[in-house]
Amino acid sequence: MSEMNGMSDTTIISETEIPEPVAITAELIAEHGLSDDEYKHLLEIIGREPSSTELGIFSVMWSEHCSYKSSRYHLKKLPVDGPQVIQGPGENAGVVDLGDGQAAIFKMESHNHPSYIEPFQGAATGVGGIMRDVFTMGARPVANLNALRFGAPDHPKTSHLVNGVVAGIAAYGNCMGVPTVGGETNFDKRYDQNILVNAMCIGLADTDKIFYSAAKGVGLPVVYVGSKTGRDGIHGATMASAEFDEQTDEKRPTVQVGDPFAEKLLLEACLELMSSDAIIAIQDMGAAGLTSSSVEMADKGGVGFTMNLDHVPQRETGMTAYEMMLSESQERMLMVLKPGSEASAKAIFDKWDLDFAVVGKTTDTGRLIVHHNGVVEANLPVATLADSAPEYQRPFVKTPKPNFVAPSDVPATDDVLATLKTLMSGPHLCSRRWIYEQYDHMVMGDTVQRPGGDAAVVRVHGTNKGLAAATDVTPRYCYADPYEGGKQAVVETWRNLTAVGASPLAITNCLNFGNPTREEIMGQFVGCLEGMGDACRALDYPIVSGNVSLYNETNGIGIPPTPAIGGIGLIDDISTQATVALQNEGDVLIVIGETTGHVGQSLYQELQSGDFNGAPPAVDLELERRHGDMVRSLIVDERLQAVHDTSDGGLLVAVAEMCLAGKIGVQLDDISGIVPAGSFWFGEDQARYVISVEPSDSEALLADFVNKGIPAYQIGITSGKEISIDGHGSLPLEQLSAEFEAYLPNLLA
Amino acid sequence: MRSSVIVFPASNCDRDASVALEQITGSKPSMIWHAESSVPETDLIVLPGGFSFGDYLRSGAMAAQSPIMKDVIAKAKAGVPVLGICNGFQVLVESELLPGALMRNRDIKFLCKDVQLKVERGDTIFTSKYNQGEIITIPIAHHDGNYFASDETLKELEGEGRVAFRYVDRDGAATSEANPNGSLNNIAGIYNKDMKVLGLMPHPERLISQELGGTDGLGLFESLVEALA
Repeated sequence: MSEMNGMSDTTIISETEIPEPVAITAELIAEHGLSDDEYKHLLEIIGREPSSTELGIFSVMWSEHCSYKSSRYHLKKLPVDGPQVIQGPGENAGVVDLGDGQAAIFKMESHNHPSYIEPFQGAATGVGGIMRDVFTMGARPVANLNALRFGAPDHPKTSHLVNGVVAGIAAYGNCMGVPTVGGETNFDKRYDQNILVNAMCIGLADTDKIFYSAAKGVGLPVVYVGSKTGRDGIHGATMASAEFDEQTDEKRPTVQVGDPFAEKLLLEACLELMSSDAIIAIQDMGAAGLTSSSVEMADKGGVGFTMNLDHVPQRETGMTAYEMMLSESQERMLMVLKPGSEASAKAIFDKWDLDFAVVGKTTDTGRLIVHHNGVVEANLPVATLADSAPEYQRPFVKTPKPNFVAPSDVPATDDVLATLKTLMSGPHLCSRRWIYEQYDHMVMGDTVQRPGGDAAVVRVHGTNKGLAAATDVTPRYCYADPYEGGKQAVVETWRNLTAVGASPLAITNCLNFGNPTREEIMGQFVGCLEGMGDACRALDYPIVSGNVSLYNETNGIGIPPTPAIGGIGLIDDISTQATVALQNEGDVLIVIGETTGHVGQSLYQELQSGDFNGAPPAVDLELERRHGDMVRSLIVDERLQAVHDTSDGGLLVAVAEMCLAGKIGVQLDDISGIVPAGSFWFGEDQARYVISVEPSDSEALLADFVNKGIPAYQIGITSGKEISIDGHGSLPLEQLSAEFEAYLPNLLA
Repeated sequence: MRSSVIVFPASNCDRDASVALEQITGSKPSMIWHAESSVPETDLIVLPGGFSFGDYLRSGAMAAQSPIMKDVIAKAKAGVPVLGICNGFQVLVESELLPGALMRNRDIKFLCKDVQLKVERGDTIFTSKYNQGEIITIPIAHHDGNYFASDETLKELEGEGRVAFRYVDRDGAATSEANPNGSLNNIAGIYNKDMKVLGLMPHPERLISQELGGTDGLGLFESLVEALA
């Protein structure tokens, strides 16, 4: 118990003591990712030259990753409130009310740069980090999702990166015993050297047992728990805030190494301690490790922290204060406890074989004072450190509005079903089974809708309620028109939740963009956020958490704007949930919403003309809401047999996915009219759903849609084992299924 | 019926096992921490799935050395039924309550999916509610489920009717395509000599209601209730 009494030696050192300054050079400042102006700002704040540790602390606190200096101004404009919101952005994760005294706690976070450098560990620690964000607030994680972008399928690194990332996600999530239930994967050459790995976690907590990070109170013990601190990940936050170049591979040592076993123990130990009343504040040590956790906890609590790093559990010998404050070793938490509860808390961590050390206490000085080996290594004002990060209103140019592409402006296919097969056996639309079968998506025994549908659904344990979740964004739409693309990303998650019968509640996001100092990239960022904000407002679907990942560029070539959205929704009674799988032969297939044959930025356009161009489909938020609310109410009333939203690949792809899931074919009428058949069947008009209904109810249903002023058209009857279209021949499901399933295993084997 | 679930560090299907046992036997099992030295008097011991000790070293190897295992082994030898699911099967093998070894899957990858199993015999305490030869659907979720044993052991297992479940296709054929992990003779689960210890890689506790996608896992627990309650 020596570490418990160890605080006495820190209190004897004067709190006015100033650390030894480091010899400042231009190179040293640049190595810390600070601009000359930022360094001048630092000098003004502290009124003297910083020590090495202090320079490191400023460097990470002011990194783009931690400070959101380029994005904050615009993020403030996003809607974050609603009656369902218990906690919006600013904590470890967002919290929404599920009723009955329960809350969902969720967030999505990027681990892009590390995953490119070392795909297995990069992705694994991304998953570990997002789960800590969720359980640090008192929630047991119940579902993981992800949003992955890789380079061109034929790029020499793609197979290696996909294999590594998927195995890393699997290794961490599976060991934790948290099901990975959903996600999305894109392939595009513009991600060749900047893959995106965005991990989302949803947890469940009781609303009266939610934990926050504000360390309120003076003289309280500051406690370190979890794994020991090593030299891994030092300056990870700074790396995540810079572009890549030829030297990127040399950054491998800054990638952290994950230990899911330690995190599983940490999860159980934290939840066990949380069932008592010992914890006043808790925060996970994620990016920028001990620095950012201590500064944020102290700042939110309005207190100072005095810490003695001698007591930090260390994995390596001879670590300096600089290294300990900046280490991003995984599976660690910082807590402020009620005085007197240390011994009982320590007993829990002992049981789980985890380190537990009192490393400091809260003070009324308002300063972060760091001792090591008997000397003061840092003495900084907490509030200034937390709030003084630069905020840039970076100049931007709006993305020019692209031209509309008419349905007849792409070379028409002369074989619609052959085109269907080509699309569905290629990288954009093929089965993701190879990926999701590597994830344990059933552990915890509550997965009531497995991967492969519109949204995953997990039962709220011990109830009949369901939590639905989906991740989405269509980067090519965002690239062509950031505003419409931003709207579409939000709306597509909303539609996916609606299509299983869930009431959408709120979203989290990962805003992945290129270098914000380039005006056109900043223009993409601003445009996407405006679109997202408008969509969230129109759908009462606020943003409660998220992160920003900028500088996704290599040698000056940026990724397409990729604001990945993770949405969650609630199903009151899972027995009413809908799936994409056709249920019976003889059901009537109906499409909701207008089909105009919008080909701009469609997969069909790329296939037929070799590239994406023109305007993406416009998103009419009022129509989205009207159509979606109607579909959801019909699901809840149990009038629909199967439901699928139409998105990538358009109407025929949606129908084919329903056929494959239900192993039932369909006879479609050719209702394309004056629209060229290919553009009709593969155009990507928004606000559409395909539903299948019992024949006895189809007339009444169509009338209900007419009464609501919602376009609804019968397009065919479910039947047999093939997809046939009047006048266009037929395609056996078995053949389509074989090719749909073969692409990824062949690519990645 | 009294049942006990052993909880190792990073067991993660302990709750799933407990939920299934409570649903089917009508009473909550005792959850026994691995550091305990004995299992209280019980009708059934369950070693649940998960990643005990992170699967570091070898799956199940460290858990087999946990203090509680001395008593589990003693009770098994005294005839107390023991069910090991997934990681629990690996622990049983490492504890030498069952023969053979579970190696990395043939394709090196973790695999989570529904598979078809053939119930090799319907006359044990674990399978009386199934018919001999019945084909059931149960999910697997493992990285190390590739069953291996010496020719001699294999001959003994087959000769003594100790193969409990086999991976098969929809027609009941034990083909290579139906074998998800490369297990010898498509073996998914085996019994000990007195047929009271069962280890299997698939997770029957995951398919015990229509909401979860099926009920083929119920039979195993209902068989135990019939034999032990």
